[in-house]
Amino acid sequence: MKKKDKMLLFALPSMIGTAVFLLIPLLDVFRRSFVQGAEFAFFDNYKTIMGNEAFRLAAGNTIKFEMVCLPLLLLISLLLAVVVYGMENRWIQFLFLVPLALPSNSIAVMWRLLFDSQGIVNGFLSKLGIAQPVDFLESHAAFLVLVGTYVWKNLGYCMLLWIAGLSAIPQNIYEAAKVDGAGSFILFFKITMPNLRKSLYAVTVMSFVNSFKVFREAYLMAGNYPNDSIYLLQHVFNNWFQKLELGKLAAGSVVTALFLCTMLYAMKKLIIGRAERTEPKKAVKKKVIQEREEEAQ
Amino acid sequence: MKYIGRLLVYFLGFICIIPVLFVVTGTLMGNTELASVLAPVLAEEGGYAGWHLIPSWPTLKNLIALLLDTPEYYVLFWNSIKVVAAILVGQFIFAVPAAWGMAQSRRKWSGIAFSVYIFCMLLPFQVTMLSQYLVLNSLSMINTHLSLILPLVFSTFPVFIVYQSFLDIPPTVLEAAKIDGAGQFQIFCHIGVPIALQGILAAMVVGFLEYWNMVEQPVVFLQEKRLWTLSVYIPELTVENAGNAFAFSLFSLLPAVVIFIVGKEFLAQGIAIQGTGLEDK
Repeated sequence: MKKKDKMLLFALPSMIGTAVFLLIPLLDVFRRSFVQGAEFAFFDNYKTIMGNEAFRLAAGNTIKFEMVCLPLLLLISLLLAVVVYGMENRWIQFLFLVPLALPSNSIAVMWRLLFDSQGIVNGFLSKLGIAQPVDFLESHAAFLVLVGTYVWKNLGYCMLLWIAGLSAIPQNIYEAAKVDGAGSFILFFKITMPNLRKSLYAVTVMSFVNSFKVFREAYLMAGNYPNDSIYLLQHVFNNWFQKLELGKLAAGSVVTALFLCTMLYAMKKLIIGRAERTEPKKAVKKKVIQEREEEAQ
Repeated sequence: MKYIGRLLVYFLGFICIIPVLFVVTGTLMGNTELASVLAPVLAEEGGYAGWHLIPSWPTLKNLIALLLDTPEYYVLFWNSIKVVAAILVGQFIFAVPAAWGMAQSRRKWSGIAFSVYIFCMLLPFQVTMLSQYLVLNSLSMINTHLSLILPLVFSTFPVFIVYQSFLDIPPTVLEAAKIDGAGQFQIFCHIGVPIALQGILAAMVVGFLEYWNMVEQPVVFLQEKRLWTLSVYIPELTVENAGNAFAFSLFSLLPAVVIFIVGKEFLAQGIAIQGTGLEDK
């Protein structure tokens, strides 16, 4: 019993901080989402935001953004990871991490010069014979710029997650299959892909979670009211916040949190769920502890 | 096939570093050269902007002007340094022992707490913004640097990373230390921390890059511009100010790039740990 208390003591300061700064206020936000003024208002706040044009636009954009970005990023980063994993010298993987390190404000300055309607990219396109300039920042093309920025920024991150998965696949499976006469195509689809299922889960979850950060580039490039096509949830929340519409903000946070949880749950069921569960969640740590005890003996 | 793939990788890798080259060449160009290549964007003249891969008349004037004539950038810079350093030190103080406690405990609470921590880690700022504002407001910390620092000190992300490295500690070592009469705190300091040092550094490098680039928090929690961090400032893009804008961009990304170059192995490791850590949950 003494031991338990001591371990808890190590964790306690951090747990109190997390409770005070995150968990308890989250519950408070949940409560507030049902309150208007000082009165209990059932689902009024939810009804208001569901009818709110700005919120619907932003939620729609966010969902559209995820549906375009996630498949694109997952696919490109996987192909990249397979090629890079096969290289003897993997220094190049660090090049792909550079965008992750670049602050969004520097990126925004560069993008304004590159993607302006008279910018460098349009100049390049016109030299290639495409006469019509694209207004990348102030038309619906802004969505494409944002998708490109997100993929470009997260490519290296996802590639490393895939490489971690690839390096966990035992080489002797490949050797055995090659002896049986399998070609590289079969090797990839029958061995590599099935073994990457857990990595797929990790990559999808992290890409999804990180996709909310694309607001930084959108905001620094185009401010509080950008082109409609890149008006994101954080824009609505910021604008509600400035007008101190806390009821709407609370309901919006709860809806976003529910959406997030549903998506994470769906990802888990779709990607991990169908596989024979190699190890149930809690068993992992138990196993580690067991191994330790065995080693200790 | 193999070579096409590699060629593509080199090409994409090059695309990834274009903005860095862009910022560096732009900083080395004089204002006249910048004005001439960028006039269509900056002054709305006809035609399209172009670029010189190598500056025609390289000069350090922009950099020197930035270092000597723009004290307001120093304020932004030191605000950023102060905030990021405070967050990382705070995380070290709270997250490392927490990860140790959770990884070493065999009781039920540790598993539950760790799952809650992962859940917190996955919540984007959009969800936690209002709740954080309410607490910070009740502690009257809005419009102070503490509003940026405190919530992130208790970010659960570093706990998640460091936890994984504590799981790798061989139990025999701990047993031996106990037999020698070391207390729990001594074991933590002299065995736990050194062994998990790589994981701790990984969490710090990932953290530095993340917090150096914080945008959402300052925009919402700070009202006064004098408190702003470097990451939310956008220089004006005009003909007169173009050189300054480039020098500022370089100034803003340089610390991140230096940390990246020094800590890239740790960054890569930190990312891999996130992947394997999530797979089991």
